[in-house]
Amino acid sequence: MSDSAHPPAGHIRVAPIDRAVEILDALPGGGVVLTTVESLLNWARSASIWPLTFGLACCAIEMMQAYATRFDLDRIGVIPRATPRQADCILVAGRCTIKMAPIVRRLWEQMPEPKYVISMGSCATCGGPFYYDNYSILKGIDTVIPVDVYVPGCPPRPEALIEGILKLQEKIRKEPFLRRRSRVGAGLGA
Amino acid sequence: MALRTEELILNMGPQHPSTHGVLRLIVTLDGENITEVHPDIGYLHSSVEKMLEHRTFAQGIALTDRGMDYLTALANEEVYILAVERLAGIEVPERARYIRTILLELQRIASHLLWLGTFGIDLGAFTAFLWCMRERERVMDLFEAVTGGRLHHVYFRIGGVYEDLPEGWTDRVLEFCDYFLQRLPEYDELLTGNPIFKVRTQGVGVLPREVAIAMGASGPVGRASGVAYDVRKADPYEVYDRVEFDIPVYTEGDCYARYLVRMEEMRQSVRIIRQCIAQLPGGSIRARVPLSLRPPKGEVYVHTESPRGDLGIYMVSDGSEKPYRVKIRAPSFSNLYALTEMMRGWKVADVIAILGSVDIVLSDVDR
Repeated sequence: MSDSAHPPAGHIRVAPIDRAVEILDALPGGGVVLTTVESLLNWARSASIWPLTFGLACCAIEMMQAYATRFDLDRIGVIPRATPRQADCILVAGRCTIKMAPIVRRLWEQMPEPKYVISMGSCATCGGPFYYDNYSILKGIDTVIPVDVYVPGCPPRPEALIEGILKLQEKIRKEPFLRRRSRVGAGLGA
Repeated sequence: MALRTEELILNMGPQHPSTHGVLRLIVTLDGENITEVHPDIGYLHSSVEKMLEHRTFAQGIALTDRGMDYLTALANEEVYILAVERLAGIEVPERARYIRTILLELQRIASHLLWLGTFGIDLGAFTAFLWCMRERERVMDLFEAVTGGRLHHVYFRIGGVYEDLPEGWTDRVLEFCDYFLQRLPEYDELLTGNPIFKVRTQGVGVLPREVAIAMGASGPVGRASGVAYDVRKADPYEVYDRVEFDIPVYTEGDCYARYLVRMEEMRQSVRIIRQCIAQLPGGSIRARVPLSLRPPKGEVYVHTESPRGDLGIYMVSDGSEKPYRVKIRAPSFSNLYALTEMMRGWKVADVIAILGSVDIVLSDVDR
């Protein structure tokens, strides 16, 4: 994940929990404790991904369908939040224009860490059918924000989106969350 | 001493839970009253008109699905191929015309259901959203059985449709029609007679008839303001002149009237579908059309009634295999500008109700 959004190290106050993680990590056998705590935290985090209610184009309709009856993303703990301050995942659903790109970037910057991005559909992934002969569509949202999971399709079915979210859950479960957090806090980057 | 007041400028969107896409509204407020609304559009401009100039006539169909109003993919395909067929003078087989009409009306039901669901969310009735999506899922299944796609179909072809209907599909459609008509009274119980819903919509956001005509508002927005104009009746295409249906017209021009128009339109769509299935002839589904179609030099304007209103295409051919110029007349664009008139003088909380009742799709506004 890019850390360009973070100010230089000197300006950051390291939280006590991150100090504790650093000390624990240095202790003999501390890594085992840390990993156990981490896997518990990751298990909890992966089962409550709260994405931002944010739709750009066609894929947003399939996203809504995934939230609604029959597919019901609530089952896997995905509850849409209307403000980036409460969200920890952004689902970029649909084509993003050059005019819209700074706003997507700002929304991503407004989200608290740890944050994830799912690029839904061909347009968000690479420009899709709007790649050629086009002057207004961004050729992939990963030119603006870092993407964790790409969901292919035009538009992807709700099942495909669910698969994408499950992949993101897998990624979160494997993440060295506490260590990464302390490194980011110290301004060292992930 | 007089109290000093000043105007407040409020920015809504482009990321807002109820702007139905990426619309940005710059609202000028006097206290809580709206003095002016300025919609800022272009956040979803896909340059589809320019792109169509670089695609052959057959390739353009896939682009109209995505680049234009994405909720009514088939209606976009319809207006595009109608323009090409009129340019090239292609005669479409009867069966294909009936199939197209059935699918267009199913599309209208799907689109209105999504509108009803999101309008329900805007006004705090979350149940409506879940119910509408349940019904919409069944329409999606019907689409998938025929076209293979849920949202973007690329099913209509110049001179017909891609493939014949699968076996037993018409029975499934009739079954859906029965099911749907049973469900509609439930919506009436949930919303039509709901006192909270009525207070928030009745008399709110009135669009007078003259203003609606001057602003070019069409579709359900126009018909709720007393403009009895429906392209399906005024300038029939496909087989709309062979089926019986009524156009619901209300004169109130408020959010509630726009809601009632759409509810009635869904019932009328079911009526059209049933008649089409009863009359469905056999035979060929596609006329023989050369792969690299070169229509003669000329220009054509075709308009159809998409679920959002009067959707038109102006197409110029220079005799090559690509159109020289395509101009899309989008219904949402005109309806969006009628919005500025509807909102003036209302409270800021009514912005959501009025915006929801107009049913704009930003992909249609910006193209």
